[in-house]
Amino acid sequence: MPKVKALPAKLRRDLYRSMLRLRLCEERLVELYPEQEMRCPVHFSIGQEATPVGVSAALRPDDYAMSGHRSHGHYLAKGGDMNRMFAEFYGKKTGCASGMGGSMHLIDREAGFLGATPIVASTIPIGVGTAFGSKMRGDKKVTAIYFGDGATEEGAFHEAVNFAVLKKLPVLFVCENNLYSVYSPLSVRQPAGRVIADHVRAYGIESLQGDGNDPEEVYRMSMTAATKARRGGGPTFLEFATYRWLEHCGASYDNDLGYRSKAEFERWKKKCPLLRSRKRLLKDKIVTADNLKNIEADIRAEVEVAVNFAQASPFPDKSVLFKNIYAGSGDG
Amino acid sequence: MSRTLKVTQAIGEALDIAMARDKRVYIMGLGATDPRGLFGTTVGLEKKYGSRILDMPTAENGMTGIATGSALVGMRPILMHQRLDFALLSMDQIATQAAKWCYMFGGQQGIPLVIRIVIGRGWGQGPQHSQSLQAWFGHIPGLKVVMPVTAEDFKGLLLASIEDNNPVIFIEHRWLHNISGTVPKGYYTTPIGKLRVVRSGKDITIAATSHMVLEAIRAAESLAKAGVSAEVLDMRTIRPLDEKGLLRSVRKTGRLIAADTGVLQGGLASDLVAIASERAFKDLKAAPRRFGQADCPVPTAQNLSPLCYPTASDLATAAAEAVGLNLKRLDLPRPAEPRDLPDKSFTGPF
Repeated sequence: MPKVKALPAKLRRDLYRSMLRLRLCEERLVELYPEQEMRCPVHFSIGQEATPVGVSAALRPDDYAMSGHRSHGHYLAKGGDMNRMFAEFYGKKTGCASGMGGSMHLIDREAGFLGATPIVASTIPIGVGTAFGSKMRGDKKVTAIYFGDGATEEGAFHEAVNFAVLKKLPVLFVCENNLYSVYSPLSVRQPAGRVIADHVRAYGIESLQGDGNDPEEVYRMSMTAATKARRGGGPTFLEFATYRWLEHCGASYDNDLGYRSKAEFERWKKKCPLLRSRKRLLKDKIVTADNLKNIEADIRAEVEVAVNFAQASPFPDKSVLFKNIYAGSGDG
Repeated sequence: MSRTLKVTQAIGEALDIAMARDKRVYIMGLGATDPRGLFGTTVGLEKKYGSRILDMPTAENGMTGIATGSALVGMRPILMHQRLDFALLSMDQIATQAAKWCYMFGGQQGIPLVIRIVIGRGWGQGPQHSQSLQAWFGHIPGLKVVMPVTAEDFKGLLLASIEDNNPVIFIEHRWLHNISGTVPKGYYTTPIGKLRVVRSGKDITIAATSHMVLEAIRAAESLAKAGVSAEVLDMRTIRPLDEKGLLRSVRKTGRLIAADTGVLQGGLASDLVAIASERAFKDLKAAPRRFGQADCPVPTAQNLSPLCYPTASDLATAAAEAVGLNLKRLDLPRPAEPRDLPDKSFTGPF
């Protein structure tokens, strides 16, 4: 690895803070989920914080992002409103989708987070479409599309990449490879020895692999890709290696099921993006132990506000059941 | 001002007007810019609108998602499939993404997307080019589904569909493409969700969709000669369905024949009969009847495929039975020959 210039101290602190925000947010949700008040499937991304944080830091506030079922981190890192996210999990009127979507349908258009939906790979062509729209409109915006390793097995992914390359669209295809599609390991889904990034390169797209648990590496790669996209250089495929700590869906650990080994889990836990980042920041004297405490206290306070906001919010009125099936007329 | 146009010309005129009126409108389809121009409906548009009309990869599902995404950022795409059977590859994007988008995000954003879909029939279209699955689309809240019949409605409903802020499935029966009719000049829209009373009558209602409207008209002409007054309804829109218009007619005539281009089970004809039976039961003087595509895949052989489609004769016979008319008094309309073509102007392949 060639020596690279260190990132500005403020950016490094911000990356760490943003990751910690995702972690503490999800840890609080994990505590609350067993109360059965958040009545929707949740897909936690604990252990995978570095990728969305690094990607988002490379995007502009008015750039676009889209995602799939495991989208909390993508939404928050892009600037999605935390209060409204919590309220959405509780199915409340004040939720980011007015309680109609739940955890699998996060959206914050003001933050450029245009939507997440859980049918695997379905938002990949939609994200390519937003980039196609940007190109037709000439608005210079970049779209980042998040998905997992499983999505690269869907036809929609391949159709979308082909079109993005054909039209040189401003897209970052962000593949978070966490090795499993629910309980199914890559070994039962793709031939032995396949490297996803190599496979995708055959489409004629720049295709790179990175450490998905290192926010600084993710940021550098994403920044290069976003700058290229903005200049009309076309899409980039970024495969980031990472690992989900909790079960596929739900708030528990599921290592007792035996679909992945204890040793594998421990190996990845040692690569915790927060742990590694914290060590480096302390070593480089970017932060002090006191700074870290303050950052954590701030975030915990923000999370509690979100919890209270969500719990105190009303459910949607029953009269909305048949509303918004169709958009009204007029320029929307 | 009106003049006579073929349906394909009326479609082309609607596309031209929509693109001239709104720069956000663009067209994608496999073959959209080829010399044949989607049955002639897009010929000349590339010269006028350049990159706003584009051919595309053979990737129905992906391209539907791409169209949807472009709509999210302000474009108004029109996507075209030359047979309905190909559009089925994009059911995730149509039914689970585009149709749900507005509702599942709390009404923040509709998807203004028109998907033109052609139903094939005859000349060996066979099992995979003849499916008439409007009921699939009609089954999905969040979609609008239209099936015009006349050239005037093709233009007016297409313009209304393009202006609509929701995904609209615009279904074109291939046997209607060559039909001519008077079409007003310039811009106008035909409201989505309103049926058209083609012919007013008092003894029986024949409610039909798409090409079956033409069969219903022929049946009504034959019934009229025998003194039976049939009211013919062109349903025009599958979703939202004009239930009020249907009930108004059935309450007046007391009898209903529902004629759809799709199969009966889970289909439109069944829906129309169910609505009439549930909501106008006491007004019914005879059991409603349903007609639709035969309950088998449509075979290719030219002597077999015509057996899959009900004719004006079938409708007239059922109507005569419903009103208690002696069948001997009915001069049944003869089907056009050969029966796997709509008329002599059509020659294969198509």
